[in-house]
Amino acid sequence: MEFDFAEEQPKFLMLMYGLIAFVAVVGGLLLLLDVVPAWFARRREAQLVAASAGGAPPPRRRKPREGLFALFFLLPTLLFLIVGLVVPAIRTTVLSLMDKDSANWVGLRNYGWMFSEPSIVRVLTNTLIWVLLVPLVATAFGLIYAVLVDRARLESLAKSLIFLPMAISFVGATIIWKFVYAFRGEEQEQIGLLNQIVVSLGGEPKQWLLDSPLNTFLLIVIMIWIQAGFAMVVLSAAIKAIPADIVEAARLDGVTPWQMFWRITMPSIRPALIVVVVTISIATLKVFDIVRTATNGNYDTSVIANEMYNQAFRYGEPGQGSALAVFLFILVTPIVIYQIRNLRKQREG
Amino acid sequence: MTTATPTVGAGVQATAKKTTRAGRVRKRLNSRTATLVSIILALLWTVPTFGLFISSFRPENQIKTTGWWTFFTDPQFTFENYQEVLFSSSSSSGQLASYFINSLAITIPSVLFPTAFAALAAYALAWINFKGRDWLYIAIFALQIVPLQMALVPLLKFFSTGVTVAGVQVLPAWDLVDEQKFAQVWFAHTCFALPFAVYLLHNFIAQLPGDLMEAARVDGATHPKIFRTIVLPLITPALAAFGIFQFLWVWNDLLVALIFAGGTSDTAPLTVRLAEMAGTRGNEWQRLTAGAFVSIVVPLIVFLSLQRFFVRGLLAGSVKG
Amino acid sequence: MAFARSRQALAIAGVLGLALGVTACGTGNDKKSSSKASSPECAPYEKYQGHDGKKVTIYSSIRDIEADRLAQSWKQFEDCTGIKIDHEGSGEFEAQLGVRVDGGNAPDLAFIPQPGLLKRFADAGKLKPAGADTKAMAEQNYSPDWLKYSTVDGKFYGAPLGSNVKSFVWYSPKTFKEKGWQVPQTWDDLIKLSDQIAASGTKPWCAGIESGDATGWPATDWIEDLMLRTAGPEVYDQWTTHGIPFNDPKVADAVNKAGTILKNDKYVNGGFGGVKSIATTSFQEAGTPITTGKCALHRQASFYANQWPQGTKVAEDGDVFAFYFPAVDPAKGKPVLGGGEFVTAFADRPEVQAVQTYLASGEYANSRAKIGDWVSANKKLDLNNVPNPVDKLSVQILQDPKTVFRFDGSDLMPAAVGAGTFWKGMVDWINGKDTTTVLNGIESSWK
Repeated sequence: MEFDFAEEQPKFLMLMYGLIAFVAVVGGLLLLLDVVPAWFARRREAQLVAASAGGAPPPRRRKPREGLFALFFLLPTLLFLIVGLVVPAIRTTVLSLMDKDSANWVGLRNYGWMFSEPSIVRVLTNTLIWVLLVPLVATAFGLIYAVLVDRARLESLAKSLIFLPMAISFVGATIIWKFVYAFRGEEQEQIGLLNQIVVSLGGEPKQWLLDSPLNTFLLIVIMIWIQAGFAMVVLSAAIKAIPADIVEAARLDGVTPWQMFWRITMPSIRPALIVVVVTISIATLKVFDIVRTATNGNYDTSVIANEMYNQAFRYGEPGQGSALAVFLFILVTPIVIYQIRNLRKQREG
Repeated sequence: MTTATPTVGAGVQATAKKTTRAGRVRKRLNSRTATLVSIILALLWTVPTFGLFISSFRPENQIKTTGWWTFFTDPQFTFENYQEVLFSSSSSSGQLASYFINSLAITIPSVLFPTAFAALAAYALAWINFKGRDWLYIAIFALQIVPLQMALVPLLKFFSTGVTVAGVQVLPAWDLVDEQKFAQVWFAHTCFALPFAVYLLHNFIAQLPGDLMEAARVDGATHPKIFRTIVLPLITPALAAFGIFQFLWVWNDLLVALIFAGGTSDTAPLTVRLAEMAGTRGNEWQRLTAGAFVSIVVPLIVFLSLQRFFVRGLLAGSVKG
Repeated sequence: MAFARSRQALAIAGVLGLALGVTACGTGNDKKSSSKASSPECAPYEKYQGHDGKKVTIYSSIRDIEADRLAQSWKQFEDCTGIKIDHEGSGEFEAQLGVRVDGGNAPDLAFIPQPGLLKRFADAGKLKPAGADTKAMAEQNYSPDWLKYSTVDGKFYGAPLGSNVKSFVWYSPKTFKEKGWQVPQTWDDLIKLSDQIAASGTKPWCAGIESGDATGWPATDWIEDLMLRTAGPEVYDQWTTHGIPFNDPKVADAVNKAGTILKNDKYVNGGFGGVKSIATTSFQEAGTPITTGKCALHRQASFYANQWPQGTKVAEDGDVFAFYFPAVDPAKGKPVLGGGEFVTAFADRPEVQAVQTYLASGEYANSRAKIGDWVSANKKLDLNNVPNPVDKLSVQILQDPKTVFRFDGSDLMPAAVGAGTFWKGMVDWINGKDTTTVLNGIESSWK
């Protein structure tokens, strides 16, 4: 089949409409917010003039206008969020209290199922391992690397290489690693790097993804490989933002690099560190593609998002799937509470 | 935090000046070991990708029987895998170029909309005083956890049947066909991106110096004016940073596109095609290897060309907070 | 004020809508209407005419080359009736169909390969019972054995389309001839042959059950085939409908019997490694060592004919061919395990019913079979239209009135078992778990 450019034209047209809609919506909103208050201001001025002519006190109302502005600034975001996330979240919670036909209320039965079924308990434990390990290791590596690279030559090249996995889709990254973990029989030549290393050290080739719990850690390596680049870029940026005067002063005081790191670097980049840990934690809680592509949750490697998808969409058990999703909501509470405390501190400070 | 960190409000120029000075100081600290270790780590990090890259140029039977490292002792080179991925295709699934255009048409608006909306929202949450704004911010932040898989059905219902409240049709069904379905994908991606976008941009905008805003207010500037003339120029790096994230995410997405655009060459993005190619015949390493690199190229170019903004963007936002 | 504001919001929302409306006009359908409708080759399609310009959407798991062949098979129907068939195939079919149906975006027709899934949609009231024409056509062309799988609570939901025979063992006629091996006629012969091959230094069997998110299904086929052979078709039916528990001793017998081959390190896994390598070998690759002589036997369905490396001759005197997976006690008849997909409808518009009826017809079966690599249980299918020898053998088996046919059991069970714990259980079983633990686990998941 020849590639016919004319057939693609409607797509570009559609893209253009999308861009026009973007300009219209965003531009229109800003314009509206500019023009309307100006009009009101003029009217108030006129009222003011009229009032002063009549000798009455000028009408004052400023507070409600702030709220109005906020409403308009937030309007598009709130509309999209309500339709795309709030309604689904409520629906999921309701479904989790119903049976598989979503017709009868079953109370907390689906939650009971979740904690009594050994394979599901395993899924919950796995998710816990993921969310404890990935943010910790990825951030630690990112931080160490950011400190190292800060004093190194060829900095941008090195950083680009570390960041590279971020540009690859989760599915693509998992394929890359499946290739590393690939197995061939003892009598054959190995095609997987890991087994090749084992063999050349005199060991026997292993089916890496089969043995629990090792396989979960091997999958976690993939996530760390992807996320460390993100951590490194953000933290490196934060380190570079530390004012030179402070660094110089500290050096004049004769602090060791070790002290420098703990006394100057760490406190200065703490906010960046929080952003990194929070973002990676949430991404890890929702991890789906890696497990699905590598093992599809077999060999005791499943995590909540996978099991949720399987239950809800493949096994026809939306109630159980939803209960798993709600459990995910609950797992994020500590992060939310931490964020609230942070915000409070920020407001006070 | 007690250290006197500079505020972004001091201006990009000032920051730039300071970084160069900081740079000069650090140059002196340059150590050979640091360079060596960081380069070695970077290379190690790249080995898996590199292996796949080498493999993508090897003939099929070679890929399946020997490791990619044997390429260096026994170099056999072919473009066949790329040829197969790029040009051979069944007539019902169309040319790869079609999918490429679909990916572009899906990605560009899906990046623009959430970026703009989140910037507006983040400004309101950071600088407009209204009741309950902190709680609203926390609520939006918490929405990050809603797995998009659970949002697929209700959102699809929203598009295909509209909204009915107590038997009254409040919003009509969208009834889109062919390439119009892009609009659904834009909508879906915008929804899913907003919580993270608001979180990231709020982090940034909240750090802008209050004096700057106050001065503008005293001069009689309204919020829209402050947003346009003061905030927007200062947060461009942050916008670019989020834009890259969103670009990578949308470009690499499979599930959302599959549900809201469908799997035909009229609307499906590159990822759908590549997944189908690999999926129909299982362990076809040679197609997977070449396909993976075809899909990486664009995000890589985008990342490398915007890297500068990206670093600066995240930098200022997380300095103080 | 409030009114003005909400109007504004509507207007903003409207901008998007407007843009879409304009596009709709810009790309309006200017498809030519069928001009061939009255030509002689359109005579067989006369009864489906009268829906010119209508569109029917089909969703299935059929992709790539297979999808091209589908499109080709109904091309003439489209030309003659003016009905446009929009087919979309996806590897995510089973999961996505549910999402689309629940989301109010169901396709007109779906080819559902699992009677269990079909029943779920029928029970939920999402499927439309087939029209009278479709039903008549199906009853004419398919045996009641087949139609019962798409009948739920007395309502008939659609005819089968393609079918496959799973009770096959692939082998190399060339190697067999060279080594003087005989195609076995009984289970005992099969084991003897395996021992003979193993003694010659080659591992006789190769197997692989990795299949992306469907990993495990090839092993469930083994168990089903052996259930049919050791316990008989009646017990098989009880098993698939949960009439007997999953951990019944009869099931355990069948599983252990499969284990005498699959979990025997002397027998498997030729060309790949030990028993555990079965779990990670993809089903597509699993049989290929036969072509290099690293293994001799591979149990897999008729559709495996498409998986051989290019240039492999699939024929009775060629590089590879298949023999019937022998019965344990041939006196009890030849049980055959198979599968297929059913053409079910989520809409009952006349043009949808026309397509549904057409797909159940003998004309369609022959039109599709001529293109190649396709098997159907359609009685009107002419053997001469089936080019591929394995497909021919399959059609013969399916059309043979003496055949005791049973549908793939895992497709009949609820998806949580048949596409969930049964698959995963078999993966664990291959990976070293014992039969009892695995069967108990599956039983406890069947509610």
